[in-house]
Amino acid sequence: MKALVALEDGRIFAGRSFTGAGEATGEIVFNTGMTGYQEILTDPSYKGQIVTMTCPLIGNYGVNNEDMESNAVHPAAFLIKEYSKIHSNFRATGNLADFLASRNILGVEGLDTRAITKHTREVGALRGIVSTQDLDPESLIKKARAWPGLVGRDMVSAVTCEAPYGWSEHGPVSGTGFNGSTAGKHKVIALDFGLKYNQLRLLDSRDCQVQVVPAQTSAADIMAMRPDGIFLTNGPGDPAGIPGVVETVRRLLGKKPIFGICLGHQILGLAYGGSTYKLKFGHRGSNQPVKDLTTGKVEITAQNHGFCVDFKSLNPDEVELTHINLNDDSVEGMRHKKYPAFSVQYHPENAPGPHDSLYLFDRFIEMMAKN
Amino acid sequence: MIDPWYLDNLKQIVSLEQKIAKSGFPGLEPQLLRQAKEYGFADRQLAYLTGTTEADIRELRGQQGCRPVYKLVDTCAAEFAAFTPYYYSTYEQEDEARPSARKKVMILGGGPNRIGQGIEFDYCCVHASFALAELGIESIMVNSNPETVSTDYDTSDKLYFEPLTAEDVMNIIDREKPDGVIVQFGGQTPLNLAAALDEAGVTILGTSVASIDRAEDRKRFQQFLQKLALRQPDNDTAMTPAEAIKIAARIQYPVMVRPSYVLGGRAMRIVYNENDLTDYMQTAIDVSSEHPILIDKFLKDAIEVDVDAISDGETTIIGAIMEHIEEAGIHSGDSACVLPAHTLSDSIKEEIATATRAMALELKVIGLMNIQYAVKDEVVYILEVNPRASRTIPFVSKATGVPLAKLATKVMLGEKLADLGLTKEVKISHYAVKEAVFPFDRFDNVDTLLGPEMKSTGEVMGIDKELGIAFAKAQFAAGQPIPSSGNVLISVRDNDKSSILPTARKLHELGFTILATRNTARFLNKNGVAAQHINKISEGRPHILDRVQDKDIQWIINTSMGTRTTGDAYTIRRSALDYHIPYTTTVSGAKAMTMAIETLRKKDIVVKSLQEYF
Repeated sequence: MKALVALEDGRIFAGRSFTGAGEATGEIVFNTGMTGYQEILTDPSYKGQIVTMTCPLIGNYGVNNEDMESNAVHPAAFLIKEYSKIHSNFRATGNLADFLASRNILGVEGLDTRAITKHTREVGALRGIVSTQDLDPESLIKKARAWPGLVGRDMVSAVTCEAPYGWSEHGPVSGTGFNGSTAGKHKVIALDFGLKYNQLRLLDSRDCQVQVVPAQTSAADIMAMRPDGIFLTNGPGDPAGIPGVVETVRRLLGKKPIFGICLGHQILGLAYGGSTYKLKFGHRGSNQPVKDLTTGKVEITAQNHGFCVDFKSLNPDEVELTHINLNDDSVEGMRHKKYPAFSVQYHPENAPGPHDSLYLFDRFIEMMAKN
Repeated sequence: MIDPWYLDNLKQIVSLEQKIAKSGFPGLEPQLLRQAKEYGFADRQLAYLTGTTEADIRELRGQQGCRPVYKLVDTCAAEFAAFTPYYYSTYEQEDEARPSARKKVMILGGGPNRIGQGIEFDYCCVHASFALAELGIESIMVNSNPETVSTDYDTSDKLYFEPLTAEDVMNIIDREKPDGVIVQFGGQTPLNLAAALDEAGVTILGTSVASIDRAEDRKRFQQFLQKLALRQPDNDTAMTPAEAIKIAARIQYPVMVRPSYVLGGRAMRIVYNENDLTDYMQTAIDVSSEHPILIDKFLKDAIEVDVDAISDGETTIIGAIMEHIEEAGIHSGDSACVLPAHTLSDSIKEEIATATRAMALELKVIGLMNIQYAVKDEVVYILEVNPRASRTIPFVSKATGVPLAKLATKVMLGEKLADLGLTKEVKISHYAVKEAVFPFDRFDNVDTLLGPEMKSTGEVMGIDKELGIAFAKAQFAAGQPIPSSGNVLISVRDNDKSSILPTARKLHELGFTILATRNTARFLNKNGVAAQHINKISEGRPHILDRVQDKDIQWIINTSMGTRTTGDAYTIRRSALDYHIPYTTTVSGAKAMTMAIETLRKKDIVVKSLQEYF
């Protein structure tokens, strides 16, 4: 089935749907990972985006039950060069086309994904539309321009959990009050902006009891649960567009150890009194080089973000820059000098991605132990 | 286990192939043709499947606008801009090639390296690129071998990482529209494309396609030599085995035989009698009017000479006259050779130089040419003329300090040798020895016997004021140790007995103990060289193999012709290799080695930089 991709600046790309009919709008981004498409598709941080994979062959290892990073597919549509007509992997329980089609997510193949990537690299992440139903370029371009975009919008409310839940080695456990089956030593509240399950798996495996709470949970309610530490998760969109959470985090500062990842890191930056800005086309992939300025070590990281903390907006007497991206020197990590709080822009939970940054979870555990 | 994913992908290709074969040429609709190209089907394969010609497919692609686009090679999936213009073709939407408006020349590289098509050609292509840079002309390299210098991103202004086929090269030419194409530096691979490119109207720089054909077509070449009153070994072509036997009898044994349709000495053999010839025709090749057999008089014990020359169409300068150490019959790529020629008389050298100039002028050579001569009994024969850069160009350039490939590039672009300051042959006051390097110890059961089929995979150079030291340096560099004392085993066929005598005598004088098989020992002893008899394997123990295994033999000279892999000769060759014992299969090689041993007794090896020789 023929499909067209139209961008707000008038660029058109032709391809074929491999998931049936559909139409979707969103911000066009690209991910350079060679593997991990299932984790990428189930990463809530992609809410509102149309993901292009630069790897030319996708779907060859199918999908399975273990690589779910949330219980839904979040990108608005999925753009690839070639859909593998066959999947072959011992873990596979199904194929990618059915996985997408059953969730009404449009998947399009036969695209010059390198051209899309180059264009995005040059002009920045644009608003776009993908359709099999409307093949009139003019009409599509109009629709792309009509889409509001991500800046200033609250995307978190669409992906945060509706009710608190706990985590066991078998997955989510509904209910409140640290009710996971493992009675871990450290009680961690995860403030859910759109988390990935592997963050919970890693905390669970480090002797933590995890309680996930909705993004709008108040600081008082969080403290009432008597946590040992607070984990601020990743999530989609513009950190400045989410009402209330910055204030919540500010109130928690200094009370308990805080560890932030991705959107959680950006919200910490705002809570410290700083500001964020939108990157031209963001960082999405599994091989972003990051330098830990405190040790001088370089780690290869998985990333997925379109916004970034502006370090110049922060008071250097209060906040220390701890990590930078070696591709563009942007802020990748920071630490509060007075309070037990630290954060990274990238995804140390490595799903998908390298395991270089797992030490950050250990650092969080140590911080809780010391506190 | 083969993963089903691979099998399924192969099946997709096979299914499409069947679909195309069924559709035929008229059924090649735009969508199907495009899909075929996206799947990687070559025009030639499509022509074969649809029963038409490659030109028809190409034309159809043109009509349908089905053309490849070029993408930049980068290392980060286009996340960051790449600045090195390093392209590959694909059937996609966006074309990243950015042809410039500058004057530009395309250089065709050698493609995949293999025996006979080595890195020496890459050297020439790289120097062509450097010469173009000096002339302010944009260089566009086309080559598909990542293990070469020509495919380094900074060698040329642009690099197209593409196969050396007419289809792929023409596609790049369509896109880049170069002012000319250099085909004579990449060896035989690009030279084979010259006719197709010429026919398509592409400007071939340097020697014309007509001249290339004249040198390569056997009949035309013969007429060419007759016109210049030059001599080649008596030869003829046979369409049937009976005819071959008749021709061989007329030419007289030994003769060199080979199928007409192969290049590079493959399946070539020297036969000494009718039995050998019949055996060859029955086992090695298939003789018919479709596949004629070429028969040449084999000039036994002739000295082989390699000449590299450069010409601007008017003036021809000899780059070097190189004398092979191994006699005619050993592939020139496998022979050690000496520059300057060390045994040829001045009059022979002058005759060779004159013949070279005459041929260059007649063929209107512009650029490089290589000629192989054989000299026997003071008569000069022409074996082969290659109107292109040869594999000795890097050796000659380094030995003489004259950058031949660079100069040839400039000549092809219209400059005259005189303007480039090359007005006469460069005389050197040192010796340079090129020695071949063989990969035998990497492969089990490969015969180390040298012959008309090339086997070497590399080469080294030894340079010194003294020929013996230069030869010794080359041997050391090639990984062949030079024995200083001990036991030398000599086992030579009857034809070689008299010619090995001076070498055996010299070795005896140098204090070596001579071991020899029965007949050789008898011959040597009779001629005053003390030799101890050693048993052949069939003659009981302890035999040669036992003493090789005991490391009781320091050098083996064995010219036995036994090529059967069950024979004694083969077993000895192979075990010498396995036990790292120096091994020589030619009389002339043994003579050169002996000279090196003698020189090393008197002089030490001194290291000097190449530049100190000029």
